[in-house]
Amino acid sequence: MPRPPSPSIPEKEFVYGALKQSLRIDGRAMLEMRTPTLTFGPELGWVECSLGKTRVLAQVDGKMVKPPPERPLEGLISIHSELSSMAANEFEPGRASDQEVTITRMLDKVLRRSDAVDKESLCVLAGQRVWHIRLTLHVLADAGNMLDCACLAGIVALKHFRRPEVEVVGDEITVHHPSERAPVPLSLHHTPYCLTFAFFPDSHAGTPPVLDPAHLEETLAAGLLSVALNAQRELCVVQKAGGVPLPPATVMDIVDVAVQRARELDALVERALREDWAGRDVEVR
Amino acid sequence: MSSRVEILNDGGFRSDGRKQYELRDITIDLSQQGTADGSATITHGLTQVMVTVFGPREAKMRSQTLHDRAVLNVEINVAPFSTGERRKRSRADRRILELAAAIESTFEPVVQTSLYPRSQIDIYVHVLQQDGGLLQAAVNATTLALVTAGVPLLDFVCAVSGGVHAAAPLLDLTTLEENDVPNLTVAVMPRTRAVTLLTMETRLHVDRFRALFELACEAGQTVHKEMKRAVRGRTVALVGAMDAGGPKHASSGDPDRDVIMDDR
Repeated sequence: MPRPPSPSIPEKEFVYGALKQSLRIDGRAMLEMRTPTLTFGPELGWVECSLGKTRVLAQVDGKMVKPPPERPLEGLISIHSELSSMAANEFEPGRASDQEVTITRMLDKVLRRSDAVDKESLCVLAGQRVWHIRLTLHVLADAGNMLDCACLAGIVALKHFRRPEVEVVGDEITVHHPSERAPVPLSLHHTPYCLTFAFFPDSHAGTPPVLDPAHLEETLAAGLLSVALNAQRELCVVQKAGGVPLPPATVMDIVDVAVQRARELDALVERALREDWAGRDVEVR
Repeated sequence: MSSRVEILNDGGFRSDGRKQYELRDITIDLSQQGTADGSATITHGLTQVMVTVFGPREAKMRSQTLHDRAVLNVEINVAPFSTGERRKRSRADRRILELAAAIESTFEPVVQTSLYPRSQIDIYVHVLQQDGGLLQAAVNATTLALVTAGVPLLDFVCAVSGGVHAAAPLLDLTTLEENDVPNLTVAVMPRTRAVTLLTMETRLHVDRFRALFELACEAGQTVHKEMKRAVRGRTVALVGAMDAGGPKHASSGDPDRDVIMDDR
């Protein structure tokens, strides 16, 4: 389906006018994020994350494969995400629109290239058997800011997943079923969270940036700045691909806001994971 | 492969002999390429990128035009001989598509597109040699090509890459340094000092990022000086060529006159 219709002039003027007075359409504060809701599935590694009406489903599974010869000591991680027509009408499977390319590349950078998962811990038998962890993301609904939702769902799923325990004796590998031995969590170096800020025309004249844009705000934005960082104040990815030019001081302010939000998100995620784990029965008798 | 080559040694020299904040040699060639409206070849050390611009011209596909603005269309072609190992990249390579999208969204607010409704400006980027700083070179070359094409811009866009090695910020990285060190690319508009493009894909602490970011913004001004010098040189040569063909009494040796008026 071709481009969706652009927002009407009254919509545009209303949104810009409201933003000048620091009012958002859905009543949030300028730098307030929608509270993410995490729902864990019956299987380990199945998470549905929703930011308001934006919903993304993430699922992790692992299998053992032979590693490529140039990297015999590391496991493999692959991320598969496709925006189907379920997310919004304009996405078609098979044809990568600009937005889809951006989201897929950002997910790749935040979850894979930032080295969140310790790949060396995925090695079972050097040169012969390593774990191949596959993360699949489905965007179920798009109400703005699919990227942040998808990154959050992905990283929580990786934290939630437990792989079967493996015993190696000499050259023999025994994979223990989860009912025999408790499965083992993935070893993560750090937990990156992605935060997207939207900017509007004449940002220097007083329209402040907005965190976690809704669909209309995203369409009307003149520029987007995505910052992925972990709770230890390390930036993983910073992406401002064009859009309205910003003074460097504004960029640094945004980064400081992101640092704070990342800490809050981290606390929220840890709490959710703890609650879910307490409700599960993973003891081995 | 462990880095047996020191990124920054005790004497303050890098692997290619530069100092910490030293940029690589910049060579700018603004000669015309074929029938392109504008073209520029920029070389940062060993990284060479050529950009040709066609437009504003009538759009190939009417469905993609906008009624009030011109559309920028960026295509990137990475030569298989550009890297050390010969490798053919497919056109739909996600990395290349992302690079093209970054360039397009960087120049969209800079080009005065509202002056050319229902038309298209084609930007073809050819990567001839890669040794680090690809995005930086592509953005700089695109700016120069747009300038030589006569497309009205709000300002130059000058890009610099940088990285941090053991708390020491470095500028203008080669491939060796890029693979080893957290790095970012910044593009600034020199007159207002505003940042148009900022990408970082490696982990870096916030405080180090702050220092590097401010340094890279300043370095953008240096690149701007070089670009302005090249553009001015070309303009002076062009005006000189126009003057040389005119009547002798009109060419009073003033290079800023762009119209030769007949006094009689």
